[in-house]
Amino acid sequence: MKKKITYTEIEGRSLGYYALLVVLGALVLLGAGAALYMEHNGHYVTGMSNQIVWGMPHVFAVFLIVAASGALNVASISSVFAKTAYKPMAPLSALLAISLLLGGLVILVLDLGHPDRLIVAMTFYNFKSIFAWNMILYNGFFVIVGVYLWFMLDRTMANYSKYAGFAAFFWRLTLTTGTGSIFGFIVARQGFDSAIMAPMFVVMSFAYGLAIFLLVLMATYSWRGAELGDGTVRRLKNLLGVFIAGAMYFVVVFHLTNLYMTKHHGVEAFTLRDGGIYTQLFWYGEILVGGVLPLILLYLPVTGKSRIAISFASILVILGGLAQMYVTIVGGQAYPLEMFPGKEIIASSFFDAGVKSYTPTLAEALLGIGGFAMALIMIPLALRILRFIPVSMADAEIDPHYREAK
Amino acid sequence: MKQLPTDPSRRNFLGKTAAAGLLIAPGVLLHQVAQARPADEAASSKVRWGMLVDTNTCSKGCDACVTACQTENGWGGEHSNEVKSSPEQQSQWIRKVTLRDKQNGHEQSLPLMCQHCETPPCVDVCPTGASMKRADGIVLVDKHICIGCRYCMMACPYKARSFVHEELHDQKPYAPRGKGTVESCTMCVHRVDKDGTPACVEACNKAGHQAMWFGDLNNPNSDISKRLKEYGGNQIRADLGLNTGVRYQGL
Repeated sequence: MKKKITYTEIEGRSLGYYALLVVLGALVLLGAGAALYMEHNGHYVTGMSNQIVWGMPHVFAVFLIVAASGALNVASISSVFAKTAYKPMAPLSALLAISLLLGGLVILVLDLGHPDRLIVAMTFYNFKSIFAWNMILYNGFFVIVGVYLWFMLDRTMANYSKYAGFAAFFWRLTLTTGTGSIFGFIVARQGFDSAIMAPMFVVMSFAYGLAIFLLVLMATYSWRGAELGDGTVRRLKNLLGVFIAGAMYFVVVFHLTNLYMTKHHGVEAFTLRDGGIYTQLFWYGEILVGGVLPLILLYLPVTGKSRIAISFASILVILGGLAQMYVTIVGGQAYPLEMFPGKEIIASSFFDAGVKSYTPTLAEALLGIGGFAMALIMIPLALRILRFIPVSMADAEIDPHYREAK
Repeated sequence: MKQLPTDPSRRNFLGKTAAAGLLIAPGVLLHQVAQARPADEAASSKVRWGMLVDTNTCSKGCDACVTACQTENGWGGEHSNEVKSSPEQQSQWIRKVTLRDKQNGHEQSLPLMCQHCETPPCVDVCPTGASMKRADGIVLVDKHICIGCRYCMMACPYKARSFVHEELHDQKPYAPRGKGTVESCTMCVHRVDKDGTPACVEACNKAGHQAMWFGDLNNPNSDISKRLKEYGGNQIRADLGLNTGVRYQGL
């Protein structure tokens, strides 16, 4: 028989709760201060230049936007693929998706040369621009996931939540495709220019979003002192492993196809061998920290059952994801444009020769971290106001196929 | 006096209407006033403004085109109004680049700026439409609706665009620049609209190099078209199929 799940708010009166708000709130304030400082002075106070035009803020922003779409996974699995065991987590999953997207967009907007012209961006559309499509996709995401959340939380609308879930599922796939295409469609730069970027971003979003979701879920239940069943954790961590492997597969295919094409040998040598910080971030950050280590932690019998190890693996996936964004976004610009095949540039007043350098400043890092903190602070606040989470996530409560271990 | 590479077809057009008086009138001024497109008349797609650079005559040590552009449009140079930005952050609308052939060591020098593509990637990617191409082929940025996202700079294959990293003062009224917006070579649109020649081309000729030509690519009788027909001309990154308005000889 189907069990009825009771949802609840969190009490939110403990010292820990307020401490969490204070810490995240302080980071948000620091980020806001950094944005004001950059906006007031102009971008000369950043490490960005006319050579590297997108820097640390974009690393965080794109990561969060991609992760937002991935955070919706759990909800999609329950509504689109009808997996009952995921259903109790669907509202939290949708909430996290909205908060992560908001955090990412705030960073992106505050890094604009003219954040004050946001209204221009919303009223003037060039429909050939992937950025313009994305503005529609992001706004649509808020609306669709918002409606989905409403249908899930409002019992009178519950019958429609499945349809809203379907819409949200297709929308988020389109959204991540759009985000990946921002880079994939840049034919001018050797580091981008690959249609595989779009599906690669989709699969990466699965891993990044789920890693954040797992951490938020485990933290919420652990800090509430409520039960979170091993069955749920095991299911999610195995899924995370599959997603990490999927993302790694795309990374391998991306580089192998580039290695096959002679014209891309230069940029591949740069990323994989000669690129200094970018090469190190690729091998140690993206591959080792973001891929190999978490896979070992998640699947090794000793660590695979430990929640500490699973949390650690999730954190590694996030760090690896940030490294991946840095390699993709900044590394893709650091590699010089190949304008004159067969010729080398021996002099230029505009730094055309050689690898471009970029050193992020504190303000840029704080803006990125502040945006991340803003995405996260919305969770404890929202959980206190509305009933997003089940009272108990004990396996016996939520899994219709659950059987006591003999 | 040296003949400037202007477009004879436009003269012919003019000749029919204002011939007699102009022949007698001293100097170029009257000539320009009579030909200039009225301010309320839209740019026409009948013309396509373009430039031709002869890398064989472009002198390695010379940067007359760059300094002329700086003086004309008020960026960079000795009196740069970007005092806080690092060299990597300062705007450059046009730059001189020296190349060496990897195989045979042949060296050549050329000016590099916005290539005024027929299908400009910067215009494609711009979310607000601030990046735009005029009917006569000149690619510009509308500073009023540029939000400073720099996507156009990511998309430009020539790194021809710059972002203004600080507050600016003392700007030229015809070449507005602003903190937080993107800018690039305008092909001296304010001169072209008054039937003039871009500052870089003028300076190159004044310096005696005759390495830069300006004119209407659509008009087979223009000097630039005739030269292109006779000697040919390459596009930088022709593989992208952008049909650039700036062509290079000897590249």
